[in-house]
Amino acid sequence: MKTFDFAQPTTVDEALAAWEPGSAWLGGGTNLVDLMKIGAMAPDKLIDIKRLTGLDQIETLADGSTRIGAMVSNADLANNPDILRRFPMMAEALLSGASGQLRNAATVSGNLMQRTRCAYFQDANAACNKRSPAQGCDAIGGVDDTAAILGWSNQCIATNPSDFCVSLAALEAVIEVQGSSGKRDIAFADFHLLPEDTPERETALQAGELIVALRLPTEAGDFAGNSRYLKVRNRTSFAFATSSAAAAMQIKDGTITKARLALGAVAAKPWRLAKAEALLIGQAPDPALFAQAAEAALAGASSSNDNDWKIELARRTATRALALAAAGTPARMPALPASPFVDQGDSLNA
Amino acid sequence: MSLSINLTVNGAPQDITIQDARVTLLDLLRERMALPGTKKGCDRGQCGACTVLLNGKRVNSCLTLAATLNGAEVTTVEGLAKGDSLHPVQTAFIENDGFQCGYCTSGQIMSAVGLIAEGQAGDDPERIREGMSGNICRCAAYHGITKAVQEATRAMSDTHTGDVK
Repeated sequence: MKTFDFAQPTTVDEALAAWEPGSAWLGGGTNLVDLMKIGAMAPDKLIDIKRLTGLDQIETLADGSTRIGAMVSNADLANNPDILRRFPMMAEALLSGASGQLRNAATVSGNLMQRTRCAYFQDANAACNKRSPAQGCDAIGGVDDTAAILGWSNQCIATNPSDFCVSLAALEAVIEVQGSSGKRDIAFADFHLLPEDTPERETALQAGELIVALRLPTEAGDFAGNSRYLKVRNRTSFAFATSSAAAAMQIKDGTITKARLALGAVAAKPWRLAKAEALLIGQAPDPALFAQAAEAALAGASSSNDNDWKIELARRTATRALALAAAGTPARMPALPASPFVDQGDSLNA
Repeated sequence: MSLSINLTVNGAPQDITIQDARVTLLDLLRERMALPGTKKGCDRGQCGACTVLLNGKRVNSCLTLAATLNGAEVTTVEGLAKGDSLHPVQTAFIENDGFQCGYCTSGQIMSAVGLIAEGQAGDDPERIREGMSGNICRCAAYHGITKAVQEATRAMSDTHTGDVK
C-alpha cells in the first residue's frame, strides 16, 4: 500500500478544511482500505470522518421524514426497531449485504460510495477506464458475472454492487451533502452516474464535498406492509448480488395505489423503473401483471459481456420480488434476508 | 508522521505510538503487542480469521486502521478466559468439535461472542449460520460451529437469568 497523510478532524467544518486534491474520506474503511491494499485506490491523504460530531444519529424530523447520519453503521441502521418497522425493505437489503463484522464497521455514506466489484477494476494488471481513464476496458470481452445489462457504455460495463442503494432508489431517498460553498440536497436518482465516456466519475459529488446524512421522505413509510428486497447470488450469504430487486407497494381494497421497483447489480447505478411502476398502479396484484411489469422493466436491456442470461435472470428477479411484496412484508425478518431459497415467513397481512 | 493513541486491549490501557498510518489493528496486535491469537487469513475482510471485538462489536481487524482507534477498547481471543476458566463460547467449541485445523477458530469464537451479544440469532441454527457467514472454515467444521454457538447461547442466557440448567 502506498503511504498517505492522515487527518482526524472532529467537526464537519474541520473536515472540509482538511480536504485537498488526492484526499479520500475514511469511514468504516471496509471497502477503501481493501482497495488500497490491492492497489486499486491510492489516495494521498485519508481524512477520518468517523469522529465528526453529529453524524451518528437517526432522527424523525418535524415534517415526518427520517434523517440518518452518514456515519451510522449499516448494522445499527438495519437493527433499529423504528427503521425495521417503517422501512423493512431497506433493513432487509442491508442485512442481505456483507457479513456481521463488515456491517458493524461499514457506514451509511460508505455504502453509497462503495466501488464496483468488477474483477477488472480490482485487478491492477487489467486495463480499466474507471481506475485509469483512457486505459481501455478488459471487462468487455472478459468473463465477469457482475457486468451490466443496462446503461453501460463502450468505455465501462461495471455495476454498482450495493444492496442498500437499491432500496434507497425505490424509496426516493435524498442525500444531504456539504462542501466549502455550503449545503445542498441530491435526489437519490441523480447521485450515481452512468459511465458514458467518463466512467471514472461515479457520483454527483463535487471535489471536496462530504455526505452528511440521508433523508427518507414521509411517503417512504407507506410501503411498510408490502415491500421486499430479493437478491440472487452465487451463495446464500456473504456474496454480492448477481441480480436483485427492491419492490414496494401500497395496496388498498385490493388495488395497488402506489408502486416502486428498482433493480440492483444490473447497471452502474440502482435502476429505478418508473414505467413498470406505472403499469402496476390502479391494478389488482396478479402474477401476470407482475410478469408484464418485469417485461417492461427489462425492455431496454442488452448484454455487455456474453451475459444474455442476466437479462432473463433480472426479469425473473423483478417478477418474483413484486409477488413477494404483494404477499406482504414478513412479520419478522427472514432468517436468510432477501434469499429466494427459504420459507419467507408469516405475512403481516395473513 | 507519528501519532499517539490510547488503546485498551483486553482490559489493559496502553499508550501506543504509530509511525505509519497504514498499520492495521491486526498487524498492531500480532506484531507489536505479542497477541498472535488473532489470525491473518485473507487480509481483505473476506474470511473472518482476524475478527476481534471493537468497543464490544465484532469487526475485521485487517480492515481497521490502528490510527483511527484512539480511546477504543479491543477484545481479542486472549482476553476471553478468566484465568483458567474458559469463556462459555470457548467451552462450547471444544465440546462440539467446532474446529479441525484451528486456524479460523479464534475468529469464529470472537464472531460468535459478538453475534450472541447482538441478540439477533438466538439459538435458531439457520439464523446462526447466517450470522456467522463472515467466518470461513476451510475444514468445513460448520456443523460443530453451529452447535457450539447454539449451546453457548443457551448457556449464557441461563447464566444471565440465574436459571439452573
